Amino acid sequence: MSSGLSILYDTIRWEEKALFDAGKKKGSDIKMVDCKNLFLNLDKSKDSFETVLQRCVSYYRSLHSTAALEGKGVNVINCLNTSIFAGNKLFTHMLLQKQGIPTPFSAVAFSEEAALEILEKNGYPMVLKPTVGSWGRMIALLKDRDSAEGIMESRERMYPIYQVYYLEEFVQRPPRDIRAIMIGDKVVAAIYRYSGNGQWKTNMALGGRAEVCKVTKELEDICIKAKNAVFGQIVGVDLMESKEKGLVVHEVNNTTEYKNTVRVTEVDIPAMMIDYALQSRK
Amino acid sequence: MKCKECDANITPPKDSMEGEIITCPDCGASFELVKGSTGFELKPAQTVGEDWGQ
Repeated sequence: MSSGLSILYDTIRWEEKALFDAGKKKGSDIKMVDCKNLFLNLDKSKDSFETVLQRCVSYYRSLHSTAALEGKGVNVINCLNTSIFAGNKLFTHMLLQKQGIPTPFSAVAFSEEAALEILEKNGYPMVLKPTVGSWGRMIALLKDRDSAEGIMESRERMYPIYQVYYLEEFVQRPPRDIRAIMIGDKVVAAIYRYSGNGQWKTNMALGGRAEVCKVTKELEDICIKAKNAVFGQIVGVDLMESKEKGLVVHEVNNTTEYKNTVRVTEVDIPAMMIDYALQSRK
Repeated sequence: MKCKECDANITPPKDSMEGEIITCPDCGASFELVKGSTGFELKPAQTVGEDWGQ
């Protein structure tokens, strides 16, 4: 009998293969669907999907396929609201703020001149982040006015999203951050991500290294709130240990990668994700 | 299977799946495994998209 569960992907990374293998071990017939081959009539016609684990690596594919499927009544994990809100750092920041969840100080400006004013008022350094993006791409540490002007001038010639100047305080912290994997209301595993050689960013994609992070009650409480703030179900919460504020949440990932977390913690995250998805079937 | 870039031999793992990305051990070129009439074939993989991430 079909499990009714599909995994929607556009590239099979370690994570997607592990999900498929976890389903197979449980005897569940999980359908692997390549989003690049997907076409949907955007009307009330019935499709064969029941529950979909959204795993597309492309932000736009993920967002739009979630919107189409959810609109047709499919149970998508994570839901469209999570894709919208967690997919944008500014949107996430505002929801976290609204829920009283500690975050790094952030500001936004909509022109180069206004962004320079923020920097003059708050002082250097600050971190300039694209509101949409991953893996540390296009994130710049603005150390002084010269570097800020140079970086922002180049962004003036890019796609308009890069002219939304989202600035974040350069948090004083140990040279690491925390990635906590949440499935439902539980942090199933967490790691410290240390910056790679010569890097200040801690992204694993940039060569950082990982170590086990103990899941404390404080960490779990803040992660549950962060997940709920973006209406998430299975998410990766990124936190920093601010010397001034303690734990602060700076990102929530809605199609979270977890290969390094499994490698370091030996927690069977893919099996837990499959269990959660099977239990959430409508 | 032969790498389309450098002609080296590429042996996909036994548990390979359609859509999986494999890398040529000699030149590092990436390919997506696609199903052909006689089994898997190699298709040049999409380079990392500007909107890729998590």
